Amino acid sequence: MAQLYDIALEFGYRYEQPASMGRHVLRLLPLNLENQQQLVAGEVSIDPRPDDRRDGVDFFGNARTEIAYDRPISGVTFRLQARVQRTATAPQFDLSPALERLGEDLALARNLAPGSPHHFTGNSDRVQTNPAMTAYAREALSRAGTGPLTAFQAVQAVGRALHRDMTFDPKATDVDTDADEAFKARRGVCQDFSHIMIACLRGIGVPAGYVSGFLRTIPPPGTERLEGADAMHAWVQAWCGTEMGWVQFDPTNDLLVASDHVVTALGRDYADVAPIRGQLRASGSQKTSQKVDVIPL
Amino acid sequence: MASALPDSSRDLLRDYHPHPGVADELLTGSGELRPVWSRLISFLSRLSDDEVLHRFAHGDQYLRDAGVFFRQNGGGISTERDWPLSHVPVLIAESEWDSLKAGIVQRAELLEQVMADLYGPGRLVSDGLLPPQLIARNPEWLRPLVGVTPRGGHFLHMLAFEVGRSPDGSWFVLGDRTQAPSGAGFALENRVATSRVFSDFFAHANVQRLAGFFRGFRDAMNGMTGGSDGRVAILTPGSHTDTYYEHAYIARYLGFLLLECEDLKVDHGQLMVRTISGPRPISVLWRRLDAAFADPLELDARSQLGTPGMVGAIRAGTLTMANALGSGVLETRALLAFLPAIARKLLGGPLLLPNIATWWCGQPTELAHVKAQTAQMMVGPALSTSLPFEIDDTTALGGAFRGEARSSVEAWLDEEAPNLVGQQAVTLSTTPAWEDGRLVPRPMTVRVFAARTPQGWTVMPGGYARIGRTEDATALAMRNGGSVADVWIVSDHAVATDSLAHPAPGAYVRRSQGTLPSRAADNLFWLGRYMERGEGLMRQMRCYHLRMAETGLESTPLLDHLGEHLTRSGADLEHPIPPQINEQVEAAVGCAGKVRDRFSIDGWLALRDLAKTVRWMEGSVQPGDDAARAMSVLLRKTAGFTGLVHENMYRFFGWRFLSIGRALERADRMCVTLAGLAAPDAPEGSLDVAVEIGDSVMTHKRRFSVETNRNTVIDLLALDSLNPRSVLFQLSEVKDQIAMLPNSVIQGEMSPLSRQVLQLHTDLAVLTPDQVTPRRLLRMRVRLAELSDGLTAAYLT
Repeated sequence: MAQLYDIALEFGYRYEQPASMGRHVLRLLPLNLENQQQLVAGEVSIDPRPDDRRDGVDFFGNARTEIAYDRPISGVTFRLQARVQRTATAPQFDLSPALERLGEDLALARNLAPGSPHHFTGNSDRVQTNPAMTAYAREALSRAGTGPLTAFQAVQAVGRALHRDMTFDPKATDVDTDADEAFKARRGVCQDFSHIMIACLRGIGVPAGYVSGFLRTIPPPGTERLEGADAMHAWVQAWCGTEMGWVQFDPTNDLLVASDHVVTALGRDYADVAPIRGQLRASGSQKTSQKVDVIPL
Repeated sequence: MASALPDSSRDLLRDYHPHPGVADELLTGSGELRPVWSRLISFLSRLSDDEVLHRFAHGDQYLRDAGVFFRQNGGGISTERDWPLSHVPVLIAESEWDSLKAGIVQRAELLEQVMADLYGPGRLVSDGLLPPQLIARNPEWLRPLVGVTPRGGHFLHMLAFEVGRSPDGSWFVLGDRTQAPSGAGFALENRVATSRVFSDFFAHANVQRLAGFFRGFRDAMNGMTGGSDGRVAILTPGSHTDTYYEHAYIARYLGFLLLECEDLKVDHGQLMVRTISGPRPISVLWRRLDAAFADPLELDARSQLGTPGMVGAIRAGTLTMANALGSGVLETRALLAFLPAIARKLLGGPLLLPNIATWWCGQPTELAHVKAQTAQMMVGPALSTSLPFEIDDTTALGGAFRGEARSSVEAWLDEEAPNLVGQQAVTLSTTPAWEDGRLVPRPMTVRVFAARTPQGWTVMPGGYARIGRTEDATALAMRNGGSVADVWIVSDHAVATDSLAHPAPGAYVRRSQGTLPSRAADNLFWLGRYMERGEGLMRQMRCYHLRMAETGLESTPLLDHLGEHLTRSGADLEHPIPPQINEQVEAAVGCAGKVRDRFSIDGWLALRDLAKTVRWMEGSVQPGDDAARAMSVLLRKTAGFTGLVHENMYRFFGWRFLSIGRALERADRMCVTLAGLAAPDAPEGSLDVAVEIGDSVMTHKRRFSVETNRNTVIDLLALDSLNPRSVLFQLSEVKDQIAMLPNSVIQGEMSPLSRQVLQLHTDLAVLTPDQVTPRRLLRMRVRLAELSDGLTAAYLT
């Protein structure tokens, strides 16, 4: 079912004193994804206007905007206005191989294209597999069923287990918390849920990556409001073999991603898709506004 | 082809017994001397042991004088050790070298093509010549650089290859160094030192010279500026790096700027160096920094060493990076398993120079082979970029681990096969090293350097040999006590001598002075300040201890006043040599160490000698007369350093900042001294101390026929424009130097800084001694601090 959204985002920062803000990279503009979503229109605007601005696409195909100021500034506001047509649906059929045969499919994927599962198997900047998380994932699999699971079933089993065992707690972690730390505490926000799920999946041989994006703000009638609707959200994509390809799972809300989510950027972990990268937080800055509205039309 | 041993060589070679089954550089398999060595051996054998050691000492002296040292980092401490030169060079015949050279050039070309594919179409992976995971999981494969065509079209510009000789006499590569290879500068220093050892012999030994190689590389780098006004620079991680000495040395040798990330910023897609004349473009950067650290915005965000926007400048096509960011991926151990097949595919033929036999354990057949042969294998991480002999706890040799990391290699292979490679445990050739009056065979590898020029790859005729301390080849690395040696490529005929200068006389270009990086200027400015601060403390402490020695008392009104004055200046009088002196000198050493490329070696050695003396004295000097004399020694050493700097340093901008720092500090110190010791309520004798601190006792006698009084002292030490110790004299110095700096006058108008210093100078010059009150002196200090801030804002940030 196609769904049209208007997305409005605003992040504002102020400095105690005018500061040389340096250089930043923004990844805010939603992606065009074949058969899943279409960016009808969109614009990232920055106030004050940067002295240098370069728009481009990164390795994974995400829209990136690099900005720099020649002069000290006393504050900055980033805004996104976008209209997105979302057509993605949750997978209807399980076309994935048995988990233990996923490696055979992987061996056939002989390429380094951005969507190649090989980018998502090893350790990345913010996600390192470790025995504890791998053991947890195996435990989740054995609890999910007695017979051998398919890769797709495995992904859901791990995601569901995490949703059950983790507590959503914005105070427990911050943007720099690593997966292992949040896992030990069994607490965190969508970023932590996602990093932990990625580590668990990679640990059992499922290529897994990080998705940043948006959730619709007001849920459809009769359903509950989802966690993360008032900010940018994050979830997981997992590779379920040649036939099935990538599927997306939201461990924070325990669901397969369909038309309520809008994808902004894909990467191995948060470091690849951070909405704002640069030294913004370094020099005594203060976040003055954060508004995210995702309005279904 | 082997010649018989000369009789006199017998003693020298008495104990020289290469291992059976090992190739030896000096002797053939049947024990005969190789012809290329015969002249050197007969030369050596005519020398007595003492003569040999005397010559070796001569070479070591050169290295010490040149300040060549080796920095060892371990357990959180960094220590500087003598450069471990093995004085006997490695000799290789030109004819043999030529065939090795062909293999090196082919390999360099192959690596360029592999690089272009990994950051371009990726066919090696899609065609099945490289497993995707070796690239996709490789931390040195930098995704932000994928699809970025390098400016000028080439990725690789300076490479090194670690080569060794197999038992059958053929050469092979142990590892390719493609990230930011070090050692070319050390090879030069080894050459200079070794040619000193064999000074009379070397000139006629038909040894190929190294200068032509560096000239070719320098010209190629300069050529890559492509007529833009951008300059060539070397990017170093900084003075804490263990190869910083080499960076400074090679920058000086080649005439390139030596920059750290703090010097750089990116403006509108162009890399710029912050100089005292404003930002200036850099268009070619020879990096000695690992790529991941180069840009925190797009690469490792935790890097403190990078320049945000660097990758963007490369993408914008305004910057040539030598070597391209991401070239470290070519150093991956596992790649060596696939290069032979890649060579056949890309070059249409086999590698002329094979590499160490390597098997990636992610494939069943290879894994089985490695398992069956663990006794003859090194097993280690597939994505490691360490050289095979840099064996650490993560590598198993001959089926056993060095550390306690794991129990069994077998189990390791079972668990983590795709992350592992097996490499044939190699036997290296041996070469003679001098030990206790005789030559002994020691294992060696040679690092060979190749540089890209417009005419193609050139290979340095020589290199940097590593010599093992024992017969164990894994002790090659310097940290394990190995040593290094020069490599002589010996020709059958006489070779032309050469130097870096172009052989033909021609037009010369005087480089403009304006490219002094602000950070370098800042370090020189503070070097001047710290030295002067240290000197000031020494003078005051000398007076203090002299008074103590004269009276034999620890407390008199004058001593107390002086002590209070010193304490206020930050000196801790609990110690006869307050630790603050060491602090100032060490801070000066720190500053000087960051601008080694702009600093004379003599000056550097004098400074280090001063620092050493201070440390030594701290533990041994007694209060009173002993300490006073110690201060005199330190003051003489300080003067030695200052003299070297001011006599010998070219009057470029760097020297001006050094001078301004010194003058500002001296003016400030004198204000403090006068405010304290020429105060109306200061005890008797204070004025004489002030004159003594101001080193103006004789001048005072000559200028004033009276005893010291407040007016004479103030006149001499504050207002006398001819006394180099007076505040006014130092202000004149600052004013004159500032006038010589860039932008001191802009379109006929004085810069704010020029006005500031002129105002300050004038305000002081018009005063009479009685107007120079302690209050005014302290006000003067505030204005001097403002001047320092003004200078910093205008030039040093």
